[in-house]
Amino acid sequence: MTSLSFELTIGILKIFSFVVPVLVSVALLVYLERKVLGAVQLRKGPNVVGPFGILQSFADVLKLLTKENLLPSSSNKFLFIFAPMLTLILSLIAWAVIPISSTYVIANINIGILYLFAVSSFGVYGVIIAGWASNSKYPFLGALRSAAQMISYEVSIGFVIITVLICVGSLNLIDIVESQKNMWFAIPLLPMFVIFIISALAETNRLPFDLPEDEATLVAGFFTEYSSISFGLFFLAEYANMILMSSLTVILFLGGWYPPIDIFPLNVIPGIFWFVIKVFLILFVFLWVRATFPRYRYDQLMRLGWKIFLPFTLIWVVITSAFLFYFGLLPN
Amino acid sequence: MTTLIKYIKSFTLFELMKGLKLTITYFFKPKVTLNYPNQKGPISPRFRGEHALRRYPNGEERCIACKLCEAVCPAQAITIEAEPKPDGSRRTTRYDIDMTKCIYCGLCEEACPVDAIVEGPNFEYATETREELLYDKEKLLRNGDIWEKQISENLKRDSKYR
Repeated sequence: MTSLSFELTIGILKIFSFVVPVLVSVALLVYLERKVLGAVQLRKGPNVVGPFGILQSFADVLKLLTKENLLPSSSNKFLFIFAPMLTLILSLIAWAVIPISSTYVIANINIGILYLFAVSSFGVYGVIIAGWASNSKYPFLGALRSAAQMISYEVSIGFVIITVLICVGSLNLIDIVESQKNMWFAIPLLPMFVIFIISALAETNRLPFDLPEDEATLVAGFFTEYSSISFGLFFLAEYANMILMSSLTVILFLGGWYPPIDIFPLNVIPGIFWFVIKVFLILFVFLWVRATFPRYRYDQLMRLGWKIFLPFTLIWVVITSAFLFYFGLLPN
Repeated sequence: MTTLIKYIKSFTLFELMKGLKLTITYFFKPKVTLNYPNQKGPISPRFRGEHALRRYPNGEERCIACKLCEAVCPAQAITIEAEPKPDGSRRTTRYDIDMTKCIYCGLCEEACPVDAIVEGPNFEYATETREELLYDKEKLLRNGDIWEKQISENLKRDSKYR
């Protein structure tokens, strides 16, 4: 009994050791995004709250918490409140299998990548429920769009993951990282790497693919009717998803916790440090892309997903497997 | 050949990379933001800000109650009442400007023959109630006393262009 409660305590502490840094880095990411966008537009960005304005997002959360939570009278009350909770829970639950270093992971399961894929597919439910429960036209259109968009891009993400899995021979995320000890998959699988990043943008509803919340045509998309902290939860979930997708990119393509070159001054630095730096770089690319490109039109988005990415990834799966087969490099 | 180049360009994301290169150069450029309450931008000597009634150096009011400003004011924001003083000079008994009506066109300033009513360099006079923006003679004269130094300097700098 005591050993059980001990294990339970350790487990809970481990979960908190993941969730708390993730939520804090969400706040920092929002701050970073405003800083990067500001810098690209020759502005300074937030610089008043705290040193260099670093506490700005905490002030914003406090503001959101003190606001009134409005429930539209024609909405489905239960689902309306349930949807943002579901979205946030799904974006946090995925962290269970993300390995920060070779030993530090909450659940080291053999189907880690499948689990991640399933959870990220679930994400569409939060959006659909939010759009439907609001009982209003713009949220509904936004929800439909995002459902179509997320499903389309999951197909190409699936093929990209399959390419990586062919090279590794395991669904375990730790195995995937460890097989990149000598060469990161970003180098031999560069086109897949680029497609994965672009699909990750679409999957997390980030610009230039943020059609579910297209303010030019849909006010604010699926969270038009949301206010106060239920809006805050959607916001939190979007950024948590961004961090999740960048850590997935790092695990699949950028060699997780391994340093770029295995030489003396680099390999004494702890792996967690490398992991965080790489995630940060991918996040910077997300923000950089947002600052650069205009939003896609909806038909362009669908054409890119189905007529370019899908055939391209499909062909690349065949090419990679043929290459591995003929040169006898297939993993056991 | 041109089709081939087109395909190569689109598959290497050539144009997208060019866009990203442009934004990253702007990312490192010096920023143009002014930290407003601490840093302020330059203001032209002709700047038309908050109104003020000026005095002569001996402390006497400049305004002679000719009511030209009242007549020229397109928003009809100025109200003047006047009567002769014991020494025979005309002076205003009431000089009100409704700052919520004023459109800051500067015509009152131009109409004034004695440079009494001017629009000064101050633009930070937001108030919490509307009533505070209904300026009377006392408030305008006080503004004149506060801003006189800058107002006279601005008038001098701008005089060659008038």
